[in-house]
Amino acid sequence: MSLLKVNNLGVQFQTPDGMVNAVNGVSFELDAGQTLGIVGESGSGKSQSVLAMMGLLAKNGRPTGEALYKGQNLLTMSPKQLNGIRGDRISMIFQDPMTSLNPYLTVERQMTEVLELHKGMTRKQAKKRAIELLEAVRIPEAARRIDMYPHEFSGGMRQRVMIAMALLCEPEVLIADEPTTALDVTVQAQILTLLKELQRDFGTAIVMITHDLGVVAGLCEKVMVMYGGRVMEYGTANDIFYQPSHPYTIGLLGALPRLDHDGDALVSIPGNPPNMANMPKGCPFTERCAHASAQCADVLPGLLPSAANPAVLRACHKPVAELKLELSHG
Amino acid sequence: MWSYAFRRVLMTIPTLLLVITVCYLMLHATPGGPFDSERKISAAVMANLQAKYHLDLPLWQQYLYYLKSLLQGDLGASFRYADWSVNDLVANALPISALIGGTALLLSVVIGIVLGTIAALRQNSLIDYFVMLIGNLGSAFPSFVIGPVLILVFAIWLAWLPAGGWNDYQVHYMVLPIALLTFINVSTIGRVMRGSLIEVMNSNFIRTAKAKGLPMRTIVMRHALKPALMPVISVVGPIAISTITGAVVTESVFSLPGLGKLIINGASNRDYTLVLGLVVLVTVVAVLINLLVDLCYALLDPKIRY
Repeated sequence: MSLLKVNNLGVQFQTPDGMVNAVNGVSFELDAGQTLGIVGESGSGKSQSVLAMMGLLAKNGRPTGEALYKGQNLLTMSPKQLNGIRGDRISMIFQDPMTSLNPYLTVERQMTEVLELHKGMTRKQAKKRAIELLEAVRIPEAARRIDMYPHEFSGGMRQRVMIAMALLCEPEVLIADEPTTALDVTVQAQILTLLKELQRDFGTAIVMITHDLGVVAGLCEKVMVMYGGRVMEYGTANDIFYQPSHPYTIGLLGALPRLDHDGDALVSIPGNPPNMANMPKGCPFTERCAHASAQCADVLPGLLPSAANPAVLRACHKPVAELKLELSHG
Repeated sequence: MWSYAFRRVLMTIPTLLLVITVCYLMLHATPGGPFDSERKISAAVMANLQAKYHLDLPLWQQYLYYLKSLLQGDLGASFRYADWSVNDLVANALPISALIGGTALLLSVVIGIVLGTIAALRQNSLIDYFVMLIGNLGSAFPSFVIGPVLILVFAIWLAWLPAGGWNDYQVHYMVLPIALLTFINVSTIGRVMRGSLIEVMNSNFIRTAKAKGLPMRTIVMRHALKPALMPVISVVGPIAISTITGAVVTESVFSLPGLGKLIINGASNRDYTLVLGLVVLVTVVAVLINLLVDLCYALLDPKIRY
């Protein structure tokens, strides 16, 4: 049994403009120690997918499908059961370290409460353990700084606190929702190295959500590319990066500055992401796709094994061979 | 924090002086004087009266006289109630206002916070609608409308309670005024608490707390309550000042001999010293309560520990 198995996960929001399908048909499996990257631009549904798994959707949101942790469906279990798992076996790091820590409580209180709750430790034991973890994420003078409030830490330090907090109970799954987006580049690199080391030491499986392809390349074994709430392409990081077979993935990679291809112009994908309240009938990427045909606008492509490499799943009507041909001529 | 508190206390001195001066000048600028009446007073009597209360001196000398006695804790003699000093009048009225106002304040803070919290956590439930209804009624109807309605129902139709007046601190004379003040204040405090808790519950750090697997009760009590109380404290400050130092309208509706009544009498009688004395008193209370509010902020929010 996989550690985490997500089947056909969907998220719907009831809004004044009607029902919005923010996520459709997301499926993946994750085993201990593996890392999955979920990539996509803002509004592609990547954050909502994991928030749904954690039971953290906004009030008007409703999940469908299954998210099985060791065979138990996280989406249908009672709040009490879910509270026994989240924070303990599955924990989460959020995007914005500036607002994700409680400004009214010391770091000590925010960390020890997790251990008191899940491990039944006393406050004193919990504090000792919390200091160890702060040291593990390399916060200097952890024993002194643990009694400070979040506003006394810099952004990078706060994200380290968040990571230490998420690792307190040595979770089996760590969900990181754009953990480096709010940080500057040197700090980003430090945080990523830290995550890699922690994964090595604790054997944690990581779901890494990001719109930064560099982050994915450095960290993930598998990559899921999302657009308009749907999975566009899913495969190993190597396949996705070196043989992208979906027009959207190709566009994303083309928009990435690279040191080893000096002189190439950066290509942006024209247009904007579709309006979630009014999704096109067919492929959500149709409007911005250079290869789109009439079929694309009308018929939703299924997520199927690629003809060129069955290990890669792609949702595109255009056969890979034709896409390659057009690219080499274009 | 203590040096901050000390500086805050020192800052009150110029505030007080400014309020006293402005009020002093405004009172003297209003037409008419304390001894104007329909009955003609002989010139000699008038001159004597004026001399007795230093009204014959130039304004700046009168002002200095007043400040001097104020420094000695003496609010002066009433111009109108010949045998009474302002201190005596205040000593009679203040405990009544403070008792009724203080009780109402305490009740409304507790009830308002509890109702607001429940309403926020059970949005769109019956109790939420109830809190919103109270909030809207209390804000839409002024106390001089709600007060007489209370009298009509509880004093006249049901005849459970007296319609007003005061009888030596007997409890059943206090029930309706306290109920009225509590109702009005709960409407504000409950509404503010509800709104602020709803906002806090949607914040990122509450999402973090949920992701930790904390039970709802811990999330609310430990993580959400403190930040949600900040706006409540801001509204409780002014509410406390007006409630404790004599709710003028409420005291008139129930004919209570409190500070509110005194201030109305003083103003209509041009009783300079009485009005000024009350203004000084209210200012002192206001300054103290504002100080308390600021210290509460500092206590709740670690970012405001100067």
